[in-house]
Amino acid sequence: MTLSRMPEPDRAVLDRRDSIVKDLEALIGVDGVISEEEGRRAFEADALTAYRQAPLAVALPRSTEDVSKILRYCNQNGVRVVPRGAGTSLCGGALPTADSIVIGTSRMNRVIETDFINRTITVECGITNLAITDAVSAEGFFYAPDPSSQLACTVGGNVAMNSGGAHCLKYGVTTNNVLGLKMVLVDGEIVEIGGAYPDSEGYDFLALVVGSEGQFGIVTEATLKIVPKPESARPVMLGFSSCEAAGQCVAAIIGSGIIPVAIEYMDRPAIAVCEAYAKAGYPLDVEALLIVEVEGYEDETTRLLRDIVDIARSFDPQVIEASTSAEHSARIWKGRKAAFGAMGRISDYYCMDGTIPLARLPEVLSRIAQICAEHRLKVANVFHAGDGNLHPLILYNANDQDESNRAELAGAEILKLCVAVGGCLTGEHGVGIEKRDLMEVQFSPSDLAVQMRIKSVFDPGWLLNPGKVFPLSVLEASGERPAADQAA
Amino acid sequence: MSDVQRPGADWELQFVIAGCVEKRLPIEIVGSGSKRAIGRPVDGVVTITTASLRGISLYEPNELVMSARAGTPLSQIEAELAARGQMLPFEPIDLGPTTGGPQGSQTIGAVFATNMSGARRVLYGAARDHLLGVRGVNGRAELFQAGGRVMKNVTGYDITRGLTGSWGTLAALTEVTFKVIPWPETSVTIIYLGLPDNLAIELLSAAMMMPVEVSGAVHLPAPVAARLNHPGLKTLNKSITALRLENFASAVAGRKQRLKETLKVYGKALELEHRETLEFWNELRRLSVMPHNRQTLLWRISTKATTAPKLVSAIKRYMPAEAYYDWGGSLIWLEVPSAADAGTAEIRRVTAIHGGHAMLIRAEPAVRAAVEVFQPLSPPLERLTRGLKAAFDPAGILNPGRMYANL
Repeated sequence: MTLSRMPEPDRAVLDRRDSIVKDLEALIGVDGVISEEEGRRAFEADALTAYRQAPLAVALPRSTEDVSKILRYCNQNGVRVVPRGAGTSLCGGALPTADSIVIGTSRMNRVIETDFINRTITVECGITNLAITDAVSAEGFFYAPDPSSQLACTVGGNVAMNSGGAHCLKYGVTTNNVLGLKMVLVDGEIVEIGGAYPDSEGYDFLALVVGSEGQFGIVTEATLKIVPKPESARPVMLGFSSCEAAGQCVAAIIGSGIIPVAIEYMDRPAIAVCEAYAKAGYPLDVEALLIVEVEGYEDETTRLLRDIVDIARSFDPQVIEASTSAEHSARIWKGRKAAFGAMGRISDYYCMDGTIPLARLPEVLSRIAQICAEHRLKVANVFHAGDGNLHPLILYNANDQDESNRAELAGAEILKLCVAVGGCLTGEHGVGIEKRDLMEVQFSPSDLAVQMRIKSVFDPGWLLNPGKVFPLSVLEASGERPAADQAA
Repeated sequence: MSDVQRPGADWELQFVIAGCVEKRLPIEIVGSGSKRAIGRPVDGVVTITTASLRGISLYEPNELVMSARAGTPLSQIEAELAARGQMLPFEPIDLGPTTGGPQGSQTIGAVFATNMSGARRVLYGAARDHLLGVRGVNGRAELFQAGGRVMKNVTGYDITRGLTGSWGTLAALTEVTFKVIPWPETSVTIIYLGLPDNLAIELLSAAMMMPVEVSGAVHLPAPVAARLNHPGLKTLNKSITALRLENFASAVAGRKQRLKETLKVYGKALELEHRETLEFWNELRRLSVMPHNRQTLLWRISTKATTAPKLVSAIKRYMPAEAYYDWGGSLIWLEVPSAADAGTAEIRRVTAIHGGHAMLIRAEPAVRAAVEVFQPLSPPLERLTRGLKAAFDPAGILNPGRMYANL
C-alpha cells in the first residue's frame, strides 16, 4: 500500500537512545524495559500490518505510578509515546514511530473490585475485554461491548477507540458503559474522572477521553457497568433474494418497536466464505442473509422470534431458520463471528468500517460493487445492519503492489461514499493512521481545529500517539503544531 | 435586562457572537430560559436565545433518529415522536416547577446542554448517551459540527458528548441529532410500602440485579410520598418504593411475577396498571415531590446506590433534610432549610467521604452567586476544565461564571 506519511523522527531523540533506555530502566526496573531489536520488533505493528515501524524502546509498567514516572520523564525529555493494549487495532492506532517509547499495558491486568449490588467492576486497563465478562459471569452478569477481538483486545484499547461490537445496538458502545477512569496525563499527573456513580462532575471529560485514540493520556484503570445476563438469547437466520428486501426487513423490524440485540447482515460473497470455513449451515443461494438475535426469558424470545419472522414474511424471504437450541445458536453465530478470519484464509483483505443511514443500504452496496469492479477487485460485505455500520472487505494480494494500491484507492472511495450519503468514515475501528488523511472529507477546517485544540489542552507538546487522527498537512498548517516537530 | 438577540439561522448566531467577541461582551445563552434559576447567575451584557432556531430537520422512525434545531421545545419533539409511537429513551426531567418556573417549556438544545435525564436513565442511560451529533458556534465565533446522524461513529474525538453538561459555556448549540426508541406496548409499577431507606435501596438493587430491565427505581420516604398528587398513594402515610417495567404485555406480565417472587420478603406489593404508571412517573418527572419553596434549598447528589442512605443520614446529623431517591438510589434529591451558605460545607464533606458529587439546584440568586453550585473539581480536573474552556472560548464570553466563578 502507499503508506501514509508518519511524522519525521526526532534525530536528537534517536541519538540519545541508550541513555533514554538506561533512564527508563532506572525508573521502572530492567525487566520493565525492552530495548534489544528482536524484542522491539514484536511491537512494530498492530492488526493493520501494512504499516511497520519498531519503536525506540518498549516500557511495560506494572502500576499507574510506573506509567506516571515514564510519562513525566518522556514529557520532560520531549520523547514521543505510543500507548498500546493488545495491538489489535485495525487502523494503525498503536503504530510506533522510530523515536517513540511504546507503553504496553499488558502487565496491568488485574480486577481491582467487583461490586455486583451496584453493578460495577473496576479493572486495570491491560485486562482483556472477555476477561471482564469472565470475572462476573458466575454471578450472572456480563460486560456489554463485544468487539470481535474481545478475546485479545484490552479495555485500555477499547476506551481509546470507543470500541463497539455486534451487540451494541441494544447496549451501546464503550462510552455508554464507562463510569470512571484513572488516567495519567502527559506530565505524569494522575487524574480521576467520574467514578462508580452516575454522571461525572463538571465537563464530560469521560466523553472526550473515550475515543481519543491514546492522544490525551494513558488510561490505567476503568470503572465499568456490568449488566445482568438475560436467561436466553436466540438468533434467527433470514435469507433474501435482494439486498433491498433485506434492508427493508431491517427497517420494518426496528419500525415495529422491536429492538433486537443484534442484526447482522452478510452479502453473497461473505456468506460463501463464512460457510466454507465454519459450516454454519448458511444458505448459499441468497443475496443477503440476516442474523437477528433477540434475548430475554425463554417464553419472550420465542414470541419475539415469531414476531420477527412474521415481519420478514412480507419481504419474501427465501430462508427462515430460527434457532432451536443453544448449540444451534452457537452454530448460526459461528460463521459470522469467524467472518474476518475466514476471509483471511482465502485472501488478504482490507476491512473498511464506514457507517451509513440504513435507508441508503441498497444504493451504497451497489456503488461499492461498482467501485470495486472498476478497480478490478472482489469485495464481500458484512454489516451491523441495526446501527448502519458497514464492513466491506476488499480482497487483494498484498504481494502485488499495484493491487494493494488499488485496494487502498477503492477503500478511500467507499469511505467517501459513506460520508456523502450522510454517514461517517469509521463506526468502531477508529481513525488511527488508516483514515487520517480522509478526515477532511467529513470535517471542515473549523471542525478539525476544534478537535485539535482539545488535543493541545491534554498534550500541549503533541507527544502522545503521534501521527494519528489528523492529516499531517492540516496539523502542520494549524497553530497546534507539535512542539517536537517544531524542534526538529 | 440585557440586550436580547434571537438569531433565526446558524449564520446569524455566528454573526452575533462574532460581534461580541470583537467587543468582549459577555453573553448569556438561553433556550426558553427555563433553567436560568439553576447554576450560578450569569451577568450577560447580551442575551442570545435559541428560541427562533426551531423545527425538526430530520426524523427517520425506522432508523430511530431525529435532528432538531436547538430551540425546538421539548414538548414539540415529544409530540412528534409520540405520533410515531416513539420517545426519548432518557425521559428528561423537568426542573421548571421545582425552581419556580413554568412546566414543560425547556428546549431540546438545553436538555442536552445540561444533560438532563430522568428515571428511565437506570435502563437506557443519560441524555449524553443518546446524543449523536451537534452543530454549534463556539466562543471564537466558529460554526462547527461534530458527530453525525448515524448510531455508530468514532470519527475524531467525541466532541458531541463532550459538550453535554457544559451549560452553554463552551458553545451555543444550533442543532442536535439524537437517538430515539419505541414506546413500550405497556408498563406496570410495582410498589412496596413502609420500607426504611436502607431496606428500600436493598430492594431496588436486588431488582436491578435481575435481567428484567427495570426502567424506573425510586424510593420516597413517607414525608416525601405524602407530597404526591396521586390520591391513593399520598394518603397512605408510608414510604413508597417503586419499580417500573416497560415491555410487550406478555413480557411485562412474566417479569412482574419474577420480580414479585424474588422480592416477596419485602412485603406485599401494590401495582399500578399502565395508565396510572404513566401518571405516576410523569409526576416524578416534574419533581412534584420537591415543589418550589423559598424556605428550602434543593440539592442533587450523585453517589453509589448502596451508600446513599448512609450519606443522607450523615447529612441529617448536621441539618434537617428530606430525601427522594431516584436511579435505584444513586441519585438523591435532597431538600434542606435555606441557609446563607446552603449547607455547602457539610453536604460536600459528607459526599466526599461517601464518594460522588453534589450540585445545588434551587437557591436564591444571592446564594447561588456566593457558593459553589457545581461540584468543585480536583486540581488536575480544574486545570483541564480551564484548558477546555479556553480552547472553545478564549475570551471567556459564553455564559461566564455559569458553572464556576472566574470561568
